[in-house]
Amino acid sequence: MWREIWLICRKDLTVERRARVTLIQIVPTVLLILVVFAFAFDANPSLLGAGAGGLFWVAVLFGAVLGAKRSFDIEAEGGNLDALRLGGLSPAAILWGKAMALAVQMAAVAVFTAAGLVVLFSVAVTDWLLLVTAAVFGTAAFAICGCLYGAMTVGLRSADTLLPLLLIPVAAPVLLAGTRAFDVALGTSADQGWSWTALLAVVLITYVAVGWAAAGPLLEDA
Amino acid sequence: MALLDRFPALAGVDLSVESGEMVCLRGPNGAGKTTLLRTCAGLVPLRGARAEVLGFDLIADRRSVRRHVGLLGHRTPLYGDLRVDDQLRHCAALHRASDTEASAAAERFSLEGRLLGVAIRRLSEGQQRRVALACVTIARPQLWLLDEPHAGLDRASRDALDELLGDAVRAGATVMFASHETGSARLAAARQVTLAGGRVSMSAPAPGAGSSADVA
Repeated sequence: MWREIWLICRKDLTVERRARVTLIQIVPTVLLILVVFAFAFDANPSLLGAGAGGLFWVAVLFGAVLGAKRSFDIEAEGGNLDALRLGGLSPAAILWGKAMALAVQMAAVAVFTAAGLVVLFSVAVTDWLLLVTAAVFGTAAFAICGCLYGAMTVGLRSADTLLPLLLIPVAAPVLLAGTRAFDVALGTSADQGWSWTALLAVVLITYVAVGWAAAGPLLEDA
Repeated sequence: MALLDRFPALAGVDLSVESGEMVCLRGPNGAGKTTLLRTCAGLVPLRGARAEVLGFDLIADRRSVRRHVGLLGHRTPLYGDLRVDDQLRHCAALHRASDTEASAAAERFSLEGRLLGVAIRRLSEGQQRRVALACVTIARPQLWLLDEPHAGLDRASRDALDELLGDAVRAGATVMFASHETGSARLAAARQVTLAGGRVSMSAPAPGAGSSADVA
């Protein structure tokens, strides 16, 4: 099983290494979102600082939507999903391999987004451990959730619009808990940051459980 | 009955193919040739049917047969952003083939030298078809299922494919391909099966023993 997961993950990362879609298209789009928000808030430093945590997660969520769409577009193209099935791969291995690769790509997006926040919004981190832990749980949750809905919409004619429509509401708990944890890590709130991070972990575990249960029905007849 | 999105695409197909046989599927567009090939590959759900391919019951478990089948449909299942050598390496890893086997398959379809470093998206349709055929070859299938296999290929590649299919049959593999062409491979086929409206309308079986693939 791990060999199969790694095979898919390595293939997706090789596709990304050759095409550089994450670096050339998704990261600039995400950074553009930050710039647009900065304009919308009229470059008000206190307002931008207070909303930085939320903006981080909104930007990464949009990145995850684009990444998940791209991840399953390459499988729909030319019938590649059938070729993977004919290799005897289990639906779970395909899903987890793709989720792992998407998580790596989203981690890169998160790093660039965080750098963008520091540069554009002049935010200061007060609790690095909390920030990194919440970012890891949140981006992993987005990746799994994105792949679940990517698998659900793969090959559909309306996938372009259906994927964000389905994914964004389901990812809302990550957005909420991640924002609260980041607010504490960035020193803009005195809330219980680790409690929100624990909630992120619970959401992540829930997505993992749903992924195990849904991989077969989603990818077997996709 | 084979279902495509709950639509019965095949109904009443009664076909038995011998091990080591080469069968050409004929019929007008929409007759069910592609669906029959995909059904034999275990990719299409069946209802109210009895189907056995390579000894695997497609009703009870249609996943197990897949590893033993090589399917090439109308479309070429390749990752456009990968280079040719990346794609061949991926296929070799997927089918647990050695680098030597992958190189031999690439060589068979003249995928050598500078071509290995080219992104698949930049290749011509015929070259992409050759890469896809090399990937099927790497899988060492016991049952070859090919949909218009000669489409887009030049003379040399067609000859290489015919030679490959001949070798596969001689080694005991079964070949079933759909074709509208009247080229050499069709002549090499031991039997021609004609489909119309999701049913077998004509079949001329060759004498043989040891049934290994039954689709009903």
